[in-house]
Amino acid sequence: MSELQTRKDEAIAAIDAAETLDALEALRVEALGKQGWISLLLKTLGQMSPEERQIQGPAIQATRGEVADAIAARKAALENAELERRLASETLDLSLPAPQAPRGSVHPVSQVMDELAEIFADLGFSVATGPEIEDDWHNFTALNMAETHPARAMHDTFYFPDEGRGEGAASSSEAVGRQERMLLRTHTSPVQIRSMVAQGAPIRIIAPGRVYRSDSDATHTPMFHQIEGLVIDRDIHLGHLKWTLETFLKAFFERDDIVLRLRPSYFPFTEPSVEVDVGWQDVKGRRVLGGDGDAPGHGWMELLGSGMVNRRVIEFAGLDPDEWQGFAWGLGVDRLAMLKYGMDDLRAFFDGDVRWLAHYGFSAFDQPSLSAGVGARA
Amino acid sequence: MKFSLEWLKEYLETEASAAQIAATLNAIGHEVEEIEDPADRLAGFRVAEVLTARPHPDADKLQVLTVSTGEGDPQQVVCGAPNARAGMKGVLGLPGAVVPANGMELRKSAIRGVESNGMMCSVRELELGDEHSGIIELPADAPVGTAFADYHGASPAFDVAITPNRSDCMGVYGIARDLAAAGLGTLKPVAAPEIAGAGACPVEIRIDDPKGCPAFYGRVIRGVRNGASPAWMQRRLLAAGQRPISAIVDVTNYLMLGFGRPAHAYDLAKLTGAMVARRAKAGEQVLALNEKTYTLDDTMTVIADDAGVHDIAGIMGGEHSGVGEGTTDVLLEIAYFDPERIGVTGRRLGLTSDARTRFERGVDPAFLDDGLALLTGLIVEICGGEASETVRAGSPPAAPKIVAFDPALTRRLGGVEIAEAEQRRILEALDFRVGDGWQVACPPRRHDIEGPADLVEEVVRIHGLDKVESVALPRAEGVAKPIATPLQKIERKLRRTAAARGLNEAVTWSFLPEADADHFAEGNGGLWILENPISEDMKAMRPSLLPGLLAAAKRNADRGAAGSRLFEIGRRYFRGEGGASDERPTLGVILAGEKAPRGWATGKAQGVDAYDAKAEAEALLEAAGAPVGNLMVMGEAGPQFHPGQSATLRLGPKNVLARFGALHPNTLKAFDIEGPVVAVEIFLDAIPAKKGAKDNGGGFARPAYAPPALQPVTRDFAFLVPADLAAGDLVRAVKGADKQVIVDARVFDVFAGQGVPEGRKSVAVEVVLQPGEKSFTDAEIKAISDRIVAAAGKQGAELRA
Repeated sequence: MSELQTRKDEAIAAIDAAETLDALEALRVEALGKQGWISLLLKTLGQMSPEERQIQGPAIQATRGEVADAIAARKAALENAELERRLASETLDLSLPAPQAPRGSVHPVSQVMDELAEIFADLGFSVATGPEIEDDWHNFTALNMAETHPARAMHDTFYFPDEGRGEGAASSSEAVGRQERMLLRTHTSPVQIRSMVAQGAPIRIIAPGRVYRSDSDATHTPMFHQIEGLVIDRDIHLGHLKWTLETFLKAFFERDDIVLRLRPSYFPFTEPSVEVDVGWQDVKGRRVLGGDGDAPGHGWMELLGSGMVNRRVIEFAGLDPDEWQGFAWGLGVDRLAMLKYGMDDLRAFFDGDVRWLAHYGFSAFDQPSLSAGVGARA
Repeated sequence: MKFSLEWLKEYLETEASAAQIAATLNAIGHEVEEIEDPADRLAGFRVAEVLTARPHPDADKLQVLTVSTGEGDPQQVVCGAPNARAGMKGVLGLPGAVVPANGMELRKSAIRGVESNGMMCSVRELELGDEHSGIIELPADAPVGTAFADYHGASPAFDVAITPNRSDCMGVYGIARDLAAAGLGTLKPVAAPEIAGAGACPVEIRIDDPKGCPAFYGRVIRGVRNGASPAWMQRRLLAAGQRPISAIVDVTNYLMLGFGRPAHAYDLAKLTGAMVARRAKAGEQVLALNEKTYTLDDTMTVIADDAGVHDIAGIMGGEHSGVGEGTTDVLLEIAYFDPERIGVTGRRLGLTSDARTRFERGVDPAFLDDGLALLTGLIVEICGGEASETVRAGSPPAAPKIVAFDPALTRRLGGVEIAEAEQRRILEALDFRVGDGWQVACPPRRHDIEGPADLVEEVVRIHGLDKVESVALPRAEGVAKPIATPLQKIERKLRRTAAARGLNEAVTWSFLPEADADHFAEGNGGLWILENPISEDMKAMRPSLLPGLLAAAKRNADRGAAGSRLFEIGRRYFRGEGGASDERPTLGVILAGEKAPRGWATGKAQGVDAYDAKAEAEALLEAAGAPVGNLMVMGEAGPQFHPGQSATLRLGPKNVLARFGALHPNTLKAFDIEGPVVAVEIFLDAIPAKKGAKDNGGGFARPAYAPPALQPVTRDFAFLVPADLAAGDLVRAVKGADKQVIVDARVFDVFAGQGVPEGRKSVAVEVVLQPGEKSFTDAEIKAISDRIVAAAGKQGAELRA
């Protein structure tokens, strides 16, 4: 074994045994530094004969390569060990709780109103609004409920103090309407009048919003939400009303088996007037809409009032009832929400209980859309 | 309205079952709310014969009976009725039967040590009347063992909701007519008995108020015995929910419930002089049959004699002249009162009655003579006596209403094709007369018929609304067009942004306790205060969304919630011009309690603070499309807020878009809620409409974007400024130093105390400079820095050494 070989083996052994990067660096300088023994050996090549250089040159170069490789390998090993040690010291207990962003929610009433707007937009309806503090004329008179009309008594109206505005005869003008007594609207129907007056005909609107009646128990609150629907055109009849309600309910509940039952009824603002029942079935103790209400184990529930708009109402709104006719309906939004999403106490809607809101509320991203289905499943 | 099947069959020849009748009533617009079958309530009660009766060994007033029901061994029954005796027939309740009057289930028991296997029942116990002095005595021929329900003729009773337009169906006969028209049987004519009067009516009848009382007919019957009405009548009245009182009163009620025709009977002995329909005198008083005294005014019609008022016309009779047991001579009144007048009077007096309900909806003006004849006939038949001739004052409105009808309208409005012959049949079955060219004469009792649409309703409801087929609404070509208004779009976007930011949407009452509303009202022309609130807590329309949310946050805190993050989008209510309502769309936010709970990494729980409110205000304003970059933070959020921790966000000095901050300790005290509580209120009506970029690719295309070629340069400046200088003013000054180059300036440190002179604070600002085509030279940066320091200097800032 040559001296070169021996030295190389010793150097590589020392490198492999180096415990720290500093020790390794010292070994590198010792072998490969400017004054290192391999560097010095390389310098001797110049003084050799060509023949000798032929033999020694490759041997020294090879030694330099092997030592350099050994250093690089050891360096990587030492660095890796160092990283392992550092990582070991950085371990986190990831079972600990992470910072939480609060979770918000959309109220079921808003969600359902958005769903309704989506469905009716597809049927060509726009969304109309009107004041909640109304005058007597828009809430009653223009809807064919004159001062002495017995149906007024059924409305449990909230009034504001009479400030002498009731003086002067009422007629079918808005200006005169303003002279009338102010009240909280008992239904969304005054929006019918306001929309017809403002837009004329033909017209297709829904009008969702707050309404008020002096009534309070588990199923009645003094404030609740209604959605009014109005279609005025030239040849609109009861068959269109039935189709519109069927179509909307099928879309809203995402069921094709919605069955409606129309019953004659009475509302001063429609003629003929129709009460609409919807068939339900019992599913695990819950009333679920769908199916024929007359089938065994099924039933009917009253859902809404509707009818062909009374020609006097059309006249009050300034349109010609011989040219224009159509239908209207009014429906409880809170009730729709309860039927669809399963709440059972109306009063909880207006309490602002964060637990209830988290349970029955909707994610911001449950934006109703026709393509995804307007409902947000549990 | 309630009525029994048996009564209905008095007027309707039909084989239909109760269920069929109920289904038809629903189908033609008379909603059946309940069918009550007394046979259910009388199940377990049988006709029985008392075989033996002997005294109870241990009780003076009790007897021990053996009672046979015809099958099995006779049963031993202990009975306390004085009239119980051997040989009589009565009604036995067997063990298991439930006593209708008190809901008690009968069972075998020992009464004072003697076994009793049932109960002999009184009239009252079976809810057949008030009689309770002894047990029911049935005629000797009553078949022992028969179910008492069958023997009694118990008949199912319908409870039907009559819509206010159908006063003609507020009597059984009207319902029978509707059912007959719907094909459920044949209407039986009711002939009014012709009772010749014996001499003229001895009482003068006069009308002084022809508007309130167009017609007033009367008749006297002398020599009546006003005992109990016959069992058949009592049964019908009871089934209709009307307690039998005395024969004459029962007969008037029978006419009202059977024919929808209220009438009144006076005790002639208690009248003096002429009976006059006149206006009441202001302040005149009357003690009514409900034993309450009413003070009348001169808009009300009354029936009075020389002594005073005997009847609040069409609403309720007077106590003084009502008939009683001792009555021998009666004056019958049948009148036609103006429906509106009745309604107004009833509302003013707060007095409802069956008569008022019918008169104010309109009774049949053509049924005065027949009604009076029916009344007279029944009284004479039941109570005896001799009737006088009828005296008539005035006359009811008589002109029949003629409607020009086009049978094609049924399809045009009702959407259903019905043959003309069938339309004619239906109308005639309902007593309309169809003349030449479809000139339709309405029966005078149908006050609800105004025009052709009403006739369509009649035809369609009898023909069957279920025959109306769905017809698709014509729809516009193509995909549905967007129809939401700008405000609707803003509200939707805001709602979902707020929810995405971790706020829970609440819906709170529009009305508040007046004190809460006052606390948040700020001279906006006054509050809307309800005249008839449902409670004091719901009296004033809210001038702000914050009090309702604050109350909700308090409820949550009371339930143990560590914090609430609530928002609501709704209206505030103000008085507008000319007394109109001014309702302004608003977003309210309340953050209460903990923002973050105590944590292993963060230590103590953190409460919400004014900067949390500011963060929500800015983020939500941005979502609402407000130009947030141009907003100024200025004071005066209002007295409800902490004066040093609240502000408004304004566009220009006057247009306040939002207010935010910590609430004033006094506000928290007033709402009894612990702090910290911060709030935001955004006034959606104040946000200017976004300028539409219409000529920019239909409004969708964004402005062209060219990213800067060079990286921005950041420089920090530490200023010493007066302690009361708003950091925002400093930043605005810095930004203004070179609007082209300075693209951002941000405070990253604020410090006061050691090393900072008294009355000053240190504010460090990071300024971002964006070079254009070429990098900045040192000289350029120096020039910009000098401008920045100079601009800051105008705010009293000096560069920190």
